[in-house]
Amino acid sequence: MTTLDPDRADPADVDRAASGSPAAKEPPPRVDVERATAASRVGAVLALLAVAVLGTAPLWARTSVLRTLVGFFTLLALATMWNLLAGYAGLVSIGQQAYIGVGAYGLYWLSDSAGLDPFAAVPVAALVAAVISVPIAVLAFRLRGGYFAIGTWVIAETLRLLVANTTQLGGGSGVTITAVSGYDRQTRIYLTYWLALAVGVGAVALTYLLLRRRLGLALTANRDSETSARSLGVDVYRVKLLVYVVAAFGCALAGAVIYLNLLRIQPDAAFSVNWSAFMIFIVLIGGIGTIEGPIVGAVLFVVVQETLTQYGSWYLILLGLIAVAVALRARHGLWGLVAERTGISLFPVRRRLKLPPPPTPGGSR
Amino acid sequence: MTTANNLVQGLLLGGLYALFATGLSLMFGVMRLVNLAHGDFAILAAFLALVVVDGTGLHPLLTLAIVVPAMFAVGYLLQRGVLNFTVGGDGLAPVLVTFGLSIILQNVLLELFSADSRGLDAGAIEDTSLALGRLNVGWFPLLTLVTGAAVLAGLQLLLARTRLGRALRATSDDPEAAQLVGVDHRHAFAVATGLAMATVAIAGIFLGIRTTFSPALGPTRLIFAFEAVIIGGLGSLWGTLVGGMVLGVAQTLGAQISPGWGVLTGNLVFLAVLAFRPSGLFGKPVTT
Repeated sequence: MTTLDPDRADPADVDRAASGSPAAKEPPPRVDVERATAASRVGAVLALLAVAVLGTAPLWARTSVLRTLVGFFTLLALATMWNLLAGYAGLVSIGQQAYIGVGAYGLYWLSDSAGLDPFAAVPVAALVAAVISVPIAVLAFRLRGGYFAIGTWVIAETLRLLVANTTQLGGGSGVTITAVSGYDRQTRIYLTYWLALAVGVGAVALTYLLLRRRLGLALTANRDSETSARSLGVDVYRVKLLVYVVAAFGCALAGAVIYLNLLRIQPDAAFSVNWSAFMIFIVLIGGIGTIEGPIVGAVLFVVVQETLTQYGSWYLILLGLIAVAVALRARHGLWGLVAERTGISLFPVRRRLKLPPPPTPGGSR
Repeated sequence: MTTANNLVQGLLLGGLYALFATGLSLMFGVMRLVNLAHGDFAILAAFLALVVVDGTGLHPLLTLAIVVPAMFAVGYLLQRGVLNFTVGGDGLAPVLVTFGLSIILQNVLLELFSADSRGLDAGAIEDTSLALGRLNVGWFPLLTLVTGAAVLAGLQLLLARTRLGRALRATSDDPEAAQLVGVDHRHAFAVATGLAMATVAIAGIFLGIRTTFSPALGPTRLIFAFEAVIIGGLGSLWGTLVGGMVLGVAQTLGAQISPGWGVLTGNLVFLAVLAFRPSGLFGKPVTT
């Protein structure tokens, strides 16, 4: 890991690393490391344009559209965090609602009880969740695979029951965030919208940047073989812990924004396992283990939700059936199908080695 | 005296939790598969029993003769038709597929039976109790504990003494090697899931007699089963019974302190075991 530092993997570095000892008889061919593609450059421009257009939405969109978009951005953030956990670190959690709840109640407590500005309270609540997630990870990491999944669920349930039994937090019937009354309605809706946009875009950007760094290589190595990753010097436990804490922070941030939008918090809703079901569905349908997947999945999910939610349980049965079918048959989801056909990667985190053409006889040497 | 009585109630409740946990433990033991829809299958069995009772007027305990084989068949077909395709690989698929199944089952039951709480009426046995000094021990909870212990003992014998048990253990150790000596691992896996569903059917029917049930109750049953398995120790069948009892006692004593603290106390005891004795009370220390 030290010789091939991916954070500074310019070709010269790779050259030096590859040549090894000074006693090497033959200099190896020069290798270029390609980290961007034509599609990703176009994609980056389009993504920036899209974010810029979305940023002006309060100027041209109705309140109901803004609310739907807040839902979309927060779901995008949640799904992106779950994808980082399950798709990259192999941590299949069905307890991320723990952090949605902590974010929501943290927001309530910090703003209504401690007197912090509600918009400033959002990131503070997320930091609190990140701190809480460390001891939780230590416990949950003692379980593996399916048992890890149920363990995270039990922890979320425990937090729900603790909140429901705490009268200061409104008990089972919940609380209403009143600290936002200092803002007039329109300002509040606009600020919430921009905050949600920042959280959604921020989650994707953070994941992209993290995966392009050392962490991405460590996670890939670990995904392919934990044993070989360890033998290469990857501190697997630390890497997984880092991902878990980041995901807790991201989910709490999204949770706080969701309840800044809704204002009424109830423990059964905030800590509902349905949040995990939605995250899983979005990531599976879009494509697990890709950054594009959760974006595609979240768009589709919101469209489906807007049109089918009136069918109640049939809608959930359909989601369940699709999740099962995708997990069994189309492991890489919709984006996987697109990428397979076209080879497009909008957020390239891979390193492609470009070898020069083989030297012709009597050439450079 | 209330405490002593609650202690006994909790221990007996452990029998029910052991019934829930056995199938979860068996499936994990044979194929390292954790069925997140486990609790929902118990609720499905309870509703099947309800349909049989409504249709035939049979006593709920007699419906075991119909529902248990039916659930064995459901389990066998589920494994052959769906879950066998998830075994092996990176372990992501089983979690996602069984979680999806859980959502499907809950909502199908909701569509068919509505969200109302239902119950199975077993008549006099539900209310009569055995007086031991000043302690009152209900006949039905006692029957549940005896049944739980009998199911565990039966499973233990099956695994240790029969040809089928040998095939299951061989498949658990190494599916490919088992295949080489003539064990069809797909069939062995399906039998294991069938057996797990048979035990969960017993659990579901006893639950339905003991208390009311509704389509959304599955996940809590899964959680209790899981807690019993982890408290008892992975891979220890009798540990599961003790784990169920520890959980039952924690829940009844917790509820005695405050009604809202029953399940919560159970969860806290589970987390304490995870923190201080991660291999469970009877599990072998894990070395990885």
